[in-house]
Amino acid sequence: MSQSTHALTRRRLLAATAAATATLAAPAIVRAQGGPLKVGVLLPRSGYQASIGQDCFRGVELANPILKDIGLGELQIMSADTETNVDVARSRAEKLIADGAQLLMGAFDSGQSSAIAQVAEQKGIPFVINIAAAPPITEQGYKFVFRNFPTAPMILNDAFTNQKEIFEAAGSAPKSVVFMHVNDTFGTAMAGGIGGVMPRHNMPYTIKETISYDPAARDLSVEISKAKAAGAEALLVVSRINDAILLTREMVKQRWTPQGVLSMGPGWYEDQYLKTLGKIGDGPLSFVPWYDPNKKLAKALEAALAAKYPNLDMNTNHVYTFEALLIAADAYKRAGSADPKALADAIRATDIKDNVSTGPGISFDAKGQNVKLKNSAIQNRGGKLVTVAPKGATNASAVWPMPAYDKRG
Amino acid sequence: MPLDIYLNVAVSGLLTGLVYGLMALGLSVIFGVVRVVNFAHGEMMTIAMYIAIVLFSAFKLDPLVMMVPIAGVLFALGYVMQAGLINPFISRPEHSQFMLLVAVAIIMVNVLLLIFGPDARSVQTSYAFDSFAFGPIIVDATKVYAACAAIVVSAALFTFFKFSSVGKAIRACADNYTGALVVGLDVKRLYALTFGLGAACVGAAGSMLAIIIDVTPPLGPQYTLLAFVIVITGGLGSMPGALLGGVLIGMTEALAGLLFAPSAKSMFAFAILVLVLLFRPQGIVGKRA
Repeated sequence: MSQSTHALTRRRLLAATAAATATLAAPAIVRAQGGPLKVGVLLPRSGYQASIGQDCFRGVELANPILKDIGLGELQIMSADTETNVDVARSRAEKLIADGAQLLMGAFDSGQSSAIAQVAEQKGIPFVINIAAAPPITEQGYKFVFRNFPTAPMILNDAFTNQKEIFEAAGSAPKSVVFMHVNDTFGTAMAGGIGGVMPRHNMPYTIKETISYDPAARDLSVEISKAKAAGAEALLVVSRINDAILLTREMVKQRWTPQGVLSMGPGWYEDQYLKTLGKIGDGPLSFVPWYDPNKKLAKALEAALAAKYPNLDMNTNHVYTFEALLIAADAYKRAGSADPKALADAIRATDIKDNVSTGPGISFDAKGQNVKLKNSAIQNRGGKLVTVAPKGATNASAVWPMPAYDKRG
Repeated sequence: MPLDIYLNVAVSGLLTGLVYGLMALGLSVIFGVVRVVNFAHGEMMTIAMYIAIVLFSAFKLDPLVMMVPIAGVLFALGYVMQAGLINPFISRPEHSQFMLLVAVAIIMVNVLLLIFGPDARSVQTSYAFDSFAFGPIIVDATKVYAACAAIVVSAALFTFFKFSSVGKAIRACADNYTGALVVGLDVKRLYALTFGLGAACVGAAGSMLAIIIDVTPPLGPQYTLLAFVIVITGGLGSMPGALLGGVLIGMTEALAGLLFAPSAKSMFAFAILVLVLLFRPQGIVGKRA
């Protein structure tokens, strides 16, 4: 054995070091290409929308195992709290991108989502909106912003269609309603929309009186006195959670049971409403973006939620937050890359048939809006929620008129 | 609109106003004697509401029954706050007192948020949905109970200040601080006692309001503002003024909601405040300084 064969020369050392470095570095490069997509999740997890933001986050918590089960890759979640504040939402979006987020998702609220959309567009990072109904967000010509949630006019159109379907099946309809709405951005936007959309649907009822009230109202007894005095047969309402509870209590105390409560917003179907009011909470119909209980993926999500949160019913927050992540994972798989442009192109070409929400599936128009979404009608029954419209996406038929409050034992 | 609707709404406003009055009474008592404006007033009431809710959910103890023990807890809180925290600020500029109590209020809201979270909580008593019918007039049972309790607590407080020796000593401190010191009254202890009594009023009011409204931590600042509107309208430092202010604001909000847009009813309460400040700055029954 000669010395020259075994001696560690400088040239051999360099070659060995280079080879070792290349060997060690290779897996890292492979990980960078095949690693999970980094998704920046922006939700209002503190501030006055905290309870809803936290509820949305449950959809995030459930996502990865289900995505894995259906053959999509897991996502790396980077979470940020918008604090229910538009300016904070904007700065948190910028920070997430600076920290390496490859796609943004959020933010429940239209104002916060608009701010994030501006940042995403400016930085060229795809943004998938889970919940936000203001139409202008997808009317700006953005190339990196996608919304899998109905706009306010879509919600209203479907609400009136579903109401007529329910009245037809029940064989009775109210001739008049009193319209009550919360006097905030969402409530006034919906009130304005009703004026424009309702005449196109030839509804069986007329609006006898419109009553708006303060979102921070502590007492809604006067409002219910006024509604009762109007002599309308049903209550059409756009509210939030706390006022929905207050309105119900006042109806019971003032011994007024309308034929039904027709809600076109949140509040009346939420877990807190059902748990706070018990059997008094039964009966209201809510016309909302919902899920098709017969879809396979809806059942999987429902089972995952029941396993992790046995006392919670699945709702809009979980469904649309999960679907936003489903869109991200599906696009990442097809794009085969985290390149923002490739991801955005893949999202634009989305065609998911096996989804959770009501309607034929998920796809986007040129503006980045899913126009195929359909809204459901749900009813509170025995502390649970059943889907009563549209036909083909139901698991029960509606009870109309609802049972009188004073005859519930 | 039929007449019975006006009667229903007026009675409802009157009952709500009485509870508002008791809540504001505590603020007026404290200012009338200690001359410190309690900016943590609504927050202290929120604490009382949460105590009522915890006692009800854990032991099924009715908030109306627990009104006296809860008032006792708040009395202790108020006494300790005055003796340990506020007394050193009595002789300092008003803005120092203001900043101190605003800071205390913020801490209280955030501690409640940490413990109870942001969701609204309520007490579901067996009579939560009851109402009494007197012909066409339907009256909310919980408001009737709460208003009756407010009258009893207010009467007890008036009696204490009018007839008890400690009550007379506290009034002496309010009338003449130097004179009270000269005759040998323990002013610091009496101040702490007064702050405790004001806090006890808030505790009783919070216990009653827990059966009427749902509570969330951010409710505190709203009620601090409401208490200010009431006592300034009635007369800052005047006990009858606080009750009268509460009833006036309660009825104004109710009737304005009926006659005009309900969403604008708070505007009328503030309009009354502006009118009082313009034409009777000492309040309706307050004494001119």
